[in-house]
Amino acid sequence: MALIIKIIKFELSNTFRSKWIIVYSVFFLLLTFLLFNFEGDSNKAALSLMNIILIVIPLVSVIFGTMYVYNSIDYIQMVLCQPINRKSLFIGLYLGNSIPLASGFLTGTFLGVILSGFSIIGFKSIITLLVIGFALTFIFTSIAFLIAIRFSDKARGLGIVIVIWLMLSVIYDGIVLFVIYYFREYPIENIILSISLLNPIDLARIFFILDFNVSALMGYTGALFSKFFGSSLGIVISLAMMSLWLAAPMLFGLKSFYKKDF
Amino acid sequence: MILVKNIEKKFGKHHVLKNISLDIQQGKITAIVGPNGSGKTTIIKSILGLVKPDSGDILINGRTILGDHLYRKNIGYMPQTASFPENLTVKEVIKMIADLRNQSLDINPNLIEILNLIPEMDKQIKNLSGGNKQKLSACIALIFNPSIIILDEPTAGLDPVASSNFKQRILEERMIGKTIILTSHIMNEIEELADNILFLIDGKIVFDGEVKDLIQSSGESKLEKAIANMITENTNGTYN
Repeated sequence: MALIIKIIKFELSNTFRSKWIIVYSVFFLLLTFLLFNFEGDSNKAALSLMNIILIVIPLVSVIFGTMYVYNSIDYIQMVLCQPINRKSLFIGLYLGNSIPLASGFLTGTFLGVILSGFSIIGFKSIITLLVIGFALTFIFTSIAFLIAIRFSDKARGLGIVIVIWLMLSVIYDGIVLFVIYYFREYPIENIILSISLLNPIDLARIFFILDFNVSALMGYTGALFSKFFGSSLGIVISLAMMSLWLAAPMLFGLKSFYKKDF
Repeated sequence: MILVKNIEKKFGKHHVLKNISLDIQQGKITAIVGPNGSGKTTIIKSILGLVKPDSGDILINGRTILGDHLYRKNIGYMPQTASFPENLTVKEVIKMIADLRNQSLDINPNLIEILNLIPEMDKQIKNLSGGNKQKLSACIALIFNPSIIILDEPTAGLDPVASSNFKQRILEERMIGKTIILTSHIMNEIEELADNILFLIDGKIVFDGEVKDLIQSSGESKLEKAIANMITENTNGTYN
């Protein structure tokens, strides 16, 4: 544990000195500030912010995480030549990457909300937004690490993470709509629910919808979740599935890192 | 000291190491040479635990290193290309490695002087030249006083003064009983530094012995010519 903390400490002191983390933070600050000031209905502004978070955070996390691993192979080799175990290094690098990204998002969004007047959407909804952004950062960084470690070729790895992002953030919804339309004659609610549970972006959306109590505004899956699970159970299930999404790529990534020839 | 027993390694279809066995002696400088892609770096990386052999064993002081990581406390490694976190300063990088190794920094202080790194200590890595990054890498390989030193193309990129000082330092380390493994394409450097030579072609050892024996057996007066002849003989003239 002490070793992991040491690695995180050095990763953080390296990453927090780079300009991109400030740019990332300022982006969320401006976005939050502008949405809450130019949209009269603060609930709609929160939903718009949510939709942008669902696109931007996964994309930035996968690209940044993948590029980091590919650009740091020589550095990783250098650290692995020290008397440290691979598990500690992997966890240290992963957290050392996710924490600055998540912090950039949290700081920017939180400051944006404060500058817009704290009471606009209420404390609970702000926390929900921040938790979702935080969780998506960790989930998609772990996917990026898994892919970059499994595939040595940079172009191939980057291609795969972009396809995964595109699949989960855009194409997946299209498939769900297609299934709903094509099988509209059949009772397929349970299938749709199961499909939704398999996509972390859908899960994040469901979590927000249930917590924000605006399922009617967010379409079919939200309404289904409300109907089947009620708000509390729905939140617990979506959180549990998100935890699984966080743990699975990280564990597979760790396994690949352990076996990898550098 | 370092005993490599029948290791095999394949990367996909490419058979990189073919039943390699060797005994690297303590207190000697052993040079690993061979054409590009002959398996030099893979042997070094196997000893460092960066590459996991498909079969065989590697023992250091009688203990297997496979699955272990603590043995690396006795190893200092200088890679072919050095890479460090861009935004940290030279001082912070050295401190980071000391921290990761749980070792104190004042073990080998004059290394920073002989490599002329003092003016660079407060500069960020991104502002260092390639040569200065190599100097930092050389410094990290030796500063913790390891008993085994592994140097992959150590003087490539170093200026003449730093290169000369560093070679002198390598010889001093040998004098005090350190085991040194190096790879280089500069045959004069190997002649100058190495006691033993391990010559690889296409993942197989074609010579393992003293440098002077290799020169004598070839009938040449220079190592470079002896090596060139050996490559031509072993590749049936197909190597250009």
